[in-house]
Order: sequence, then structure tokens, then C-alpha cells
Amino acid sequence: MPDLRRAAFFGGIYGNAPALREAIRDARARGAEALHCLGDLGGFGPRPERVAPLLQEHAVAVVQGNYEDAVGNDRPDCQCGYTDPLDNQFARIAYDYTLRRTPADQKAWFRSLPASLRLTMGGRRLLLCHGSPRRQNEFLWESTSPEPFLGRLLRQAEADVVLCTHTGIPWSRTLPSGGQVVNVGVLGRPANDGRTTVSYALLTVEAPGLPLRVEQVPVAYDHEEVARDMRAEGLPEEFVGTILTGWWTTCLEILPARERARGRF
Amino acid sequence: MTRAPKAPLLWLDTLWLQVAGTLCNLRCTHCFISCAPDNHSHEMMSLDQVRGHVQEAARLGAREYYFTGGEPFMNRDLLAMIESTLHFGPISVLTNGLFFDAGTCAALRRLSDGSEYSLDLRVSLDGYGPDDNDPIRGAGTFRRALDGILRLNAAGINPVITVTEAAAGVGTGEGRARFLRRLRELGVDRPRLKVLPLWRLGAEALRTAGYLPGALLEEDGVTPEGLEKLQCASGRMVTSRGVYVCPLLIDVPGARMGATLDETLRPFVLSHGACVTCYVSGVTCRT
Repeated sequence: MPDLRRAAFFGGIYGNAPALREAIRDARARGAEALHCLGDLGGFGPRPERVAPLLQEHAVAVVQGNYEDAVGNDRPDCQCGYTDPLDNQFARIAYDYTLRRTPADQKAWFRSLPASLRLTMGGRRLLLCHGSPRRQNEFLWESTSPEPFLGRLLRQAEADVVLCTHTGIPWSRTLPSGGQVVNVGVLGRPANDGRTTVSYALLTVEAPGLPLRVEQVPVAYDHEEVARDMRAEGLPEEFVGTILTGWWTTCLEILPARERARGRF
Repeated sequence: MTRAPKAPLLWLDTLWLQVAGTLCNLRCTHCFISCAPDNHSHEMMSLDQVRGHVQEAARLGAREYYFTGGEPFMNRDLLAMIESTLHFGPISVLTNGLFFDAGTCAALRRLSDGSEYSLDLRVSLDGYGPDDNDPIRGAGTFRRALDGILRLNAAGINPVITVTEAAAGVGTGEGRARFLRRLRELGVDRPRLKVLPLWRLGAEALRTAGYLPGALLEEDGVTPEGLEKLQCASGRMVTSRGVYVCPLLIDVPGARMGATLDETLRPFVLSHGACVTCYVSGVTCRT
């Protein structure tokens, strides 16, 4: 296993192939030696079957998200982990659409994906997972993931750096121990910040023994094209609105108070 | 006869603190621990007690804290408890909403802004209006709680409104939508809602009916996944009298598990009627 100096980490793609294409180009241009995706290739966006071939063509290492587990195994729902009926109502629409659009060979590939990946950067041990090291669909939000808790997750995962996605909003925290937890955000939809860009995490070794430098890199892409595609596919106008405005309109109830207050809805 | 199942303690994520004991300015007829102005079963907790338990929980890697009672805002040290605990993680405070004057709302906003972790509030209503809420919670409480919610909103705080299934039909999709519509009509712009089942303990057992003695969980009627979703699989409750398995059972013999959290890091036998409600409904007291 090579020890990397600079690497890129993509969160949920949610069927947004144009954003993924742009992120791959951008990460290569910035000198990323390896590309990774932390799962949830479909859901939300149009024509999700375009995503897997792109990842394979560009040798992106992929961790299984709850979507790959659900779609790959034809489960009755997305297992996103929402608890509110309103959240689940929209999650259902996205899931049924994605399940219908996913070809059998992709389902087989989804089933074969690992639940986590390990690699090293500058000698630091990284663990890549979808939700959290202990649960594929656990939400690690910035405002509800305190240091003592993250310290426990890192110790139990036997890692110096944990990378995750699943929530849709990026953040990172360096603990007093030097351990790091990075939620890499998602490429599939904006981060409920009123901007139409999406983002990924670029990690770089600064010096041996020091925490890795974490940059959350914004990615601009043709979001209007994606919006047009979504409408053509009959996806809900609520989803289209998020792509066009950068504000979440659905699956809001799961947000903690802090993250909810930052959004418009 | 099969045996009662055990809930494992997977990890200590959630610490509940009964900061106001069983003392409350209200006497709700559905309260599962019969809180009232004169119920001293569990006393108010002191700031030092709260600090001690929170520090122990943080050493164990706890993720979140819930303050409840009784009515937490009756504890005169509550704001200091919130400030102290926010150093260690996010807090949700469960309240009846009757103590939110402008000064308290502003103080809560300052505490929230001063922390990197979420400070969330949960205000209880038990009906779509005074007609069904007030017979349960007390005369005038719907209007006063709503005024409190609106003052919180004005201070930039959007609480979760907790409603029990005492509000007819609120557990259904239609009832829930009706409740949200009602809140918007009353001026709550972006209502957040949590619906809870009724646990037939305490005052609620008298209002409706208690659990039947034989209606209990059995080992062969549960799954490991179901048990792991119970809140007692990842949380504990502390009161002035020690550490209990969960917020519901603090008046039940056998539910006190120790004096410190460290003493309670073990499975719990689910031999109570309320365990059936939690298991079957899949609901936890967490937000």
C-alpha cells in the first residue's frame, strides 16, 4: 500500500455525474495522487447509472454507502437513517427512482464494495467510511460530534484520521491528540449554504508527525444542465430548487439545531 | 415461560440528566413520572453534581446531553449547567416552555452562539389548541407555551415541539400534517416536530391504564438489531439519586444501576411494560 502525499476524497455523488466529472478533473489538476469516493453514488440526481462507469474509468477507490447496500441488495428503502416521516417521504422518491434506474451489473458491483478502506498518508493511518466507522448510516454532524466522542471513535477504529460523508455538510476537526475527523461533504448537492457549488476534501501531508492539511475544495459545474435533466426525469421540483439555489428544501428534520439554523428552510 | 431479553450497552453516547428532579410547576395528567410542584422523589441536581456526571460521561466518550425534569428552568443553576456542559458536547433541554421571558431567550442565544456545539430546546404541547392541550397540561398552558416558542423564535432559536399521542391522531401522517399546519397558522414559521408515544407509567397509568402485568418482552420475540436501537443500548440517565437505565424508569425498582456511570456499563434486563412500548414503537426519547 503506497504512502500518499496528496489525495482527494469525494462524498456522496447522488447521481450528479457532471459534478463528479468536474471534481475528478480538478483533483487531478491539483496533484492528487489517488481519488476516493465514500459512497452513495445515486439518489437525488438524474440518471444515476452514469456514475459507476465514471468512477471505474478514473480508478476511483469506492467505499460502500448505504445506497449501494440498499440498491445492490434491492432493499425496500434507502436505509438513510432518517427518523422523521417528512424526511422519509422525499427519501422514498429518490430511492425508488435510483433503484429503478440501476442496471443489474452495477448492483452486483455495489454489493462487492468494501464498508471501509484503509490507507496511509505521511505515515498517518486513515480510515475511510461512509457514515461513521461503526455504522454505515450514522450522521456525523459538526455541531453534534464533540471531541470526546470523536476521540473514542478514532481509538476504536485504530486510526489517526477518519474520513466520512453521509450528512451532506462538510467539516473537519483536529483533536488535542492530533487525531482528525473529516466529513468530506458531498458532490451530489450543495451544502445548504446558498451557493450552487459542491465540494470535496483534498488532504495533503505537510510534515511528518503533523496533522494533515485539509482543504474543502469548491467545485462549480453546470448545475443548470443538471436541473434540466432532473425536470426531464420527473424528479421533484423541491430537489431541483436545491440544485439551483444551494438551499436544502427536503430532508431537513434530521439536521441538528445549529445546522438547521444556517439554512433558509 | 421464556426469559426477558437483555439490552446490551453498545457504548455510552447519550447522557440524560434529571436536572430538575421530579419537580415541575405543572401537574400534567399524562406524565410518566408524575412530576409536580410537590413531587420530591428526585430532587433538583446541583451544578457540581451535573459537572461531575458530565465529566465522567465525557471521559467515556459521550456524544450528547439531554437536560430534563420536572421543569429544567425551575433549577436556578440551569444556565450555568448549560454553559458548563456545552464545553463537552451538544445539549437538548426539554421544557414546558413557560419560562421564556425575553431575558432568558437572549441568554440562551448567547450560550448557543458561544459554543461550537448545538444547543437545542424541546417544548412540549399536547394538543392542537387549548381545548385538548390544557386539560392535560393545565389551564392557559397552550397559549403561554406558544408565546414562549414565539419569543424563542424572535431570539433566533427554533425549538423542536414535542407532542405526545395524547393529541388525537398526531401519530398518523394526516394528524402530523395538521399539527404542522396549525403551528404555522399560529406564527411558528419553520416548525420542527417530534411525536412521542405515551408510556403508561406514573400519572398516565391513572389517566388511561397501566401496563398489564404479563405484557412483557420475551427473548424469543426480539432481534439483536431491535435491541440495539433501544435508547438504553446507548444511553443512561442520572438523577440526584444515582444512575438509571433510562428517563422512563426512574421510579421503577431495579432500574437504578449504580452511583456512577462506570458502574452501569452493562446490559439491562427488559422486564418492564414500558420496554414493550419502546421496542414496539421504535421511538426513543432522543430528538
